[in-house]
Amino acid sequence: MMNLLPVVLTAIVGIVVILSFFVPHPYIAEPAQKLQDWAIVIVASGYVLGAANVYKVNGESAIKRQKDWVYKWILLGSMTGMMVVGFFFSGGTQFLNEGSPFKWGYDFLYVPMQATMFSLLAFFIASAAFRAFRIRTVDAALLAVAALVVMIGRVPLGNLFTAAFPEPIQLPTMANWLLEWPQNAAKRGIAIGAGLGVMATGLRIILGIERSHMREEA
Amino acid sequence: MPARAARVTHSRRPLSFLDCIPPLILTLVLTLGLGAPRSARGQDSLVVAAAVVAAPAPAPAGGVKAIDVPNDRGDAIEVTWTPAPQKSAGDGIVTAYLLERAPAVEGPWTRVDSVGAGTHKKTDTVKSDTPYVYRVTALGAGGAAAPVVSEPVEACAQWFNTGRVSVLLAMLLFFGLVILFTLRAQAGEKLFIRRIAGIDAIEEAIGRATEMGRSVLYVPGINDIDDIQTMASLNILESVAKVTAKYETPIVVPCNYPVVMTLAQEMVKNGYVAAGRADGYDPNSVRYVTTEQFAYVAAITGIMLRDKPAANIYLGSFYAESLLLAETGFSTGAIQIAGTAQVAQLPFFVVACDYTLIGEELYAAGAYLTREPRLLGSLKGSDYMKVALIAAIVVGCVLETIGMTSFKHFFASQ
Repeated sequence: MMNLLPVVLTAIVGIVVILSFFVPHPYIAEPAQKLQDWAIVIVASGYVLGAANVYKVNGESAIKRQKDWVYKWILLGSMTGMMVVGFFFSGGTQFLNEGSPFKWGYDFLYVPMQATMFSLLAFFIASAAFRAFRIRTVDAALLAVAALVVMIGRVPLGNLFTAAFPEPIQLPTMANWLLEWPQNAAKRGIAIGAGLGVMATGLRIILGIERSHMREEA
Repeated sequence: MPARAARVTHSRRPLSFLDCIPPLILTLVLTLGLGAPRSARGQDSLVVAAAVVAAPAPAPAGGVKAIDVPNDRGDAIEVTWTPAPQKSAGDGIVTAYLLERAPAVEGPWTRVDSVGAGTHKKTDTVKSDTPYVYRVTALGAGGAAAPVVSEPVEACAQWFNTGRVSVLLAMLLFFGLVILFTLRAQAGEKLFIRRIAGIDAIEEAIGRATEMGRSVLYVPGINDIDDIQTMASLNILESVAKVTAKYETPIVVPCNYPVVMTLAQEMVKNGYVAAGRADGYDPNSVRYVTTEQFAYVAAITGIMLRDKPAANIYLGSFYAESLLLAETGFSTGAIQIAGTAQVAQLPFFVVACDYTLIGEELYAAGAYLTREPRLLGSLKGSDYMKVALIAAIVVGCVLETIGMTSFKHFFASQ
């Protein structure tokens, strides 16, 4: 019974939400919307678990002075500090307002750090591209040529190089052709396959065929 | 008001000399000029000025229709009308339309909206199963035209969205195929599933980590549990945990949503139990890190650089962090296996990882690893649906080429 209940609940919820795609009547649409609202509430309440887990996992290591214990203390201190500032020194529910200490911490501490991480992407793209464009096989050669055409064709320099040629063999035209036809076709093929995969996985879960996430192996 | 009237008028009619003179100057000239005595001159000139600058009211809007918006939950009415005709140069120019609603023609009328002269359609949110009439009044510099009233209309909730018939049929066909092959697999039929190199490599990668005495890092993507890619990833996690348990290799699963974390804990625990090593399960191996995207990246890259896991497995939904993770992992020399259905991130994984599960392979991985007949049946059903879709695409291309568009329109859902 305890194993069956989650499967039945999943099936009911899944069928109601699928039905709401086809049935706009409020008798179906409103319960489906309500279920989705409940999901938001459940996810939000999960953050208590998340915070508890952070304290448990990192607290143990920090107290026992295990490997990298200094980082754990920095993490716990930062997290606790932001929570205290947010709960007690930022105007209660107005903690996200401009000028509140919590918002200040977010805007002037977290956002720059996030931007720093994101900006590393430029360097990683360069190093990954260097490896990707090494011509070792026919496939790699095709990839390199296509990439070269697209890269040069997307900048004014590409236009300058081939402006004297007929339009079909100008680099911008070739770059656009590559992006609009072969690339789009491949993307859509992957998207169709992935869409079917989504439906198959959803169906497996709704029918209770795939339920490893809700069972305890004996 | 006279100034505004003159401006509106001369913008549409052929320009005359008088139209081109700003109304104030015109009034001044007519008032002071012409050589008549001042008293009489003033009165006459004001009459002339008024005749020149006052614009007439526009003609009423035509064809006002109010219809229940189809395929909705019964809370919307669409009102359409045709532009107020300008039959002659003497008709006023429409500057706006005023839309009002009432329960009956007698009123009381409630203003719904006023829209610009170029708009001839408005969708109004109303109560279901309640009669309404609408009236549209053309407004211009010269005043308001007579309002035009629509027939009464009620917004009714529909039980089926007829714009999605094709989706329903495709879904029923797909579900039918999946159930058919699942039943056949349950009956003992052997189903052929092609090799997926990326999934086969998982055990190899874990074996390598075992030989090197290092851990396995499993990243279940950065979306919450409502993303089916995360669910697919968690289903694979159980099989991965089973292998790590068998080899007694530590596994680390950093999660960026608490609900994902709790499910991942269950999956890893199940894997250890299934391998007969329940006591080897470390609850701290699955941990919540943060929901913030780049803070999550910083935490994982930190784990990679400090702990140097020998195998990094990224399965789930990824965005800009895909290359940050994969390149950092590459720099540590780990075997990397990635899988996502985010098409834009696939090239990054292909470049930086040893194996990549592309799109649907991510969803197939759970069934492929467990080899459970019922799960394999669903894979087979997906394959046959793909054949049906390819056939539909080919037929659609042929029909479009010969000019028959009804097939395409049938598949256009709303």
